[in-house]
Formats: sequence, C-alpha cells, structure tokens
Amino acid sequence: MTTGELSQWHASNPDNYLPPGLAAPRPWQDGLDTPYWDAIERNSLVVQYCDSCDAHQWGPEWICHRCHKFDLEYVEVEPKGRIYSWERIWHPVHPALQASCPYMVVLVELPGADNVRMVGNLLGDPLRPITIGEEVEAVFEHHKDVDPPYTLVQWKRVGD
Amino acid sequence: MSDHPMRGRTAISGLGETKYYKRAMAPDGEFKMCLESILLACEDAGIDPRDIDGFCSYSNERSSPDRIAAALDIKEMRLSNMFWGGGGGGGSGALANAVSAIISGQCEVVVVYRALAQGQFGRFGQGAVVNEVNNDGKWTAPFGLMSPAQSFAMRVRRFMHENGVQQEALRAISMASYHHAQQNPRAVMHGRELTEEIYDQSRWIVEPFHLFDCCMENDGAAAIIVTSVERARDLKPAPAVVLAAAQGSTARNQAPAHNADIYATSNFQHVGKRLYEIAGVTPNDIDVSQVYENFTGGVMMSIVEHGLCSADEVNDIFTLENFKSTGKLPINTSGGNLAECYMHGLELIIEAARQIRGQSPNQVSDAEVALVASGPMVTPVSSCILGVDR
Repeated sequence: MTTGELSQWHASNPDNYLPPGLAAPRPWQDGLDTPYWDAIERNSLVVQYCDSCDAHQWGPEWICHRCHKFDLEYVEVEPKGRIYSWERIWHPVHPALQASCPYMVVLVELPGADNVRMVGNLLGDPLRPITIGEEVEAVFEHHKDVDPPYTLVQWKRVGD
Repeated sequence: MSDHPMRGRTAISGLGETKYYKRAMAPDGEFKMCLESILLACEDAGIDPRDIDGFCSYSNERSSPDRIAAALDIKEMRLSNMFWGGGGGGGSGALANAVSAIISGQCEVVVVYRALAQGQFGRFGQGAVVNEVNNDGKWTAPFGLMSPAQSFAMRVRRFMHENGVQQEALRAISMASYHHAQQNPRAVMHGRELTEEIYDQSRWIVEPFHLFDCCMENDGAAAIIVTSVERARDLKPAPAVVLAAAQGSTARNQAPAHNADIYATSNFQHVGKRLYEIAGVTPNDIDVSQVYENFTGGVMMSIVEHGLCSADEVNDIFTLENFKSTGKLPINTSGGNLAECYMHGLELIIEAARQIRGQSPNQVSDAEVALVASGPMVTPVSSCILGVDR
C-alpha cells in the first residue's frame, strides 16, 4: 500500500483502526480492572473514583494514591477529552503492523475526570496535522472476532 | 564543599571494554565478552581479578556473579547486587551501590559491569509478539504503542510543546554524538559522518524521532573497577573520584497508562538536585557531560533537569558548536549510545572517567568535573559526578 492508500484505509475502515494480530488486552487476574472492560463493552466509559477525595484515578490501582483508601468504585465519565500529546508511528515494531504505518497514537486527557489520561489511536487520516489541545470524543471499537471478544476505547476529533 | 559521607571517598580505577560491534556481529558470546571486559578493567587498574569481592549491575543483567566468580576464581565474594529497574536507568545507580558497599565496609574491590549482545538475545526495539496482554502493557500495546521509542516519544512531544522546542535542537544532539565518534576508533559509527541534510532526510521512526535520534543496537561488554580513593591512589591510573552518585524518581513517574503527575520529564528533577548537593558542586562547575541517549529527546530533558540550561534556552543553546568538546556545553564526547556503542550507558561512565584522566578521544581541556546522566524517562533514574583527585 502507498502512504496515500494507507491513509484512505485508515480513514475508511469502519471496524478496526489497526489490523488484527496485536495482543488482546485482558483483565488482571485479581479482577482489579474487570469493571472497566465490562463497561466499555457496553459503550460506557468508566474510570476509578475515590469518594473520600472526590477525585478520579487512572490507570486502575487497588488503592487511592491520594488517601490510601482501598477498593475504589468505577464511575461513568463523559467520553470526551482533548489531545495531551501525540505521536505518528512510521516504523513497525510488530509483524502485524508491517503494512499499517503510519498510524496515530494519542494521549487524551479527560477534563471531566480530573484530567486523567488514556492512550488510544486517533481515528481518521493519520497524515492530517494535529494540534495539542484539540477536542476528541471516544469511539468504542469492538473486537468481536477474538475469543473472548474485547473492546478498545479509540478517539476521533469532535465533528469528524 | 559538601560534607556528605559519599563525597570523594571512592574512585573508578579500572576501565574495560570489549570491541564494540553492530548487533549480531560479535564473534563471541555475551558471557565471554563479559569476562573479557572485567579482565580488561582489572588489567587497566593493575589489580588481580581474583581480588574482586563485589559485583554490581543493572537492567536484569544476564551474566550473573555466581558464574563470573566461578569462572574467574574469585577468592571471596562479599557483594552480589542488582539495581532494580529496566533500561539504562541503573548505570550510575549500580555505581552508587558499589560506592555505598565500599564506604560501609562491605567490600573493597567492586566491579560494575554490563554485557549486552542484542544480536544473541532479544532486541529492545521490538514489540512482543503475544496473543494476550494482562499487565500494564494492556493500556498501550493494543494501540500499537509498545517499543521504548514509542513510549518515550509521547513525553518528548509534550515537553517540546510546553517549551516551544524545535526539531533542530534534537538534531544537534545527534550530530554531536556522530561528530565525536569520528575521533573515536572504538565507535561503531567511526567513519560515518552525519550532516544536517542526512538527518533531515532520514526516515521517521516515530515523530519526533528520526532514525538518528534513536540509539543503536549493539553487541559488547563493559566493566569498571571501583575502590576506596586511598586504594585507588596506589593503583596505576589516575583515580576518577566519585563525587556523587544518586538514584530515584519524582512522584508516580510510572503511573499506569501515561498518568505521571509530572509527565514531560526525564525524571531527573529530584535526582539532579540531590546529586549536586552530595557532590558539593553546581551545574556551573560541570566541565563535560555524558548524557544517555536512548533517544535525543531524553538527552534534552536530562540536560535541563540537571540544570545545565533552562527549558526556554534549549533552542538557542542546543547547537553542534556548543556540544563539541571545544564548545560551551560539551556532551557525549565518545559518541555515546548513538554513535559509539549502546552498552546501556556504562560506556558513558567510562568516557567520563577517561575525561577525568585526560584520555578522551575528544578531550575537554582542563576537565576536572564530569557529569553522567544515565538512562532517562524510566523509574528509577540515576546519575553521577566524577572529579579529579585533590
């Protein structure tokens, strides 16, 4: 594929941003993050929340890093964010990505959840210029062909 | 003058390096090269290898002290020590552990060593090919973010955004390493000059890193001998006195899914400050710096967080002329990880000691105080300051 064709593939592929073959995410064996994977499968974005601190936490941990309270609850948050940082990846480091470069990875902060951050792909043309601070919204990308299936939280520009 | 109990009590007395090779080009196995580098360091120091009584390494070193001790007929092992943490973050930390063991009387002759043949074992620059991931990699790998370059590019991009840093600043770091390598016959990139044009036209690995912003992958081994400063004075080479060595991290630097409180950092904000307090010197006293290049962006933040310039000066100060051994801010005078050898930064400590001895291929005139910043952007990081014996 030429870079132009690849851009179109990224832009038009309705299902998955990256091709199959990458590692499937699985919950910790101790169940710490199971509520997150269950929620995003239902198109609901959740993160941890400490009611003692009235503050969100991400990534998941058994304890609130602020007050050391154990067993934080998961709460739904608005699936909107803004670009905190980004990278355009040109060199594949995995066999599944040999024909998929370039692709975009973004670090998104969630203003509605104390600016916790999430890594995801930015959907659409990977060559389109990007600006830190741009507003994005979550896209729930369901990988149903894998056993067991899983969901990834991806991002697209607001208005795209 | 610092009265810190670490300052000036120990010295690096022996330097040992195998020939450095491109990845997969070494004729010898990793463990054999490890033994060779240790023997070379002992020969340089003028000590019997059997007198080594302590072993310090880092980054899950494969060549274990039990096997080395048997191979070399070590008379009495008193210390077998591993710095916890990946990447090159532990180079100066392993030195700090050696220094601490000597000062506390646990042992007398410590070898700090690293053997790394990426052609014989796994490559750091490749992503793992696995069906599932249930560790913290799950927050990044499914999105195609899995190599060190990809992990660190995100922090570097943010730093460049916050401080208005231009790509030319990263280019200058790369060019400095290649420039110095041309005077260093040991350097893998000796004879391979880098120009602005070659850098600009080189392919992106991951923005903002071109090919030449990324360290090499090599085969080789390196070792240094550390003793008390008193013992070092009786040995053959001029002692490179350890003024300070420190390890550590800022708060929550490796919080999962890129959630560090302070994100755009090399992670030297605390360590750098403590390092100078131990050494009793200031950034103005540093004559030459060896700054670990996993990627040029890490060098940039390490220089800033060791106080050698401020973030808003980066665009002006980061030039090839300033970075040369003859410049205002000489760095990476052997070629470092980019152009000499990626020996996980132990070669940077060796080059700092060489500068103190006056034996660098790019000698900084009257170098009396040398800084080493080991691998940035991991947890923990470490750095050290060496000086001439007074």
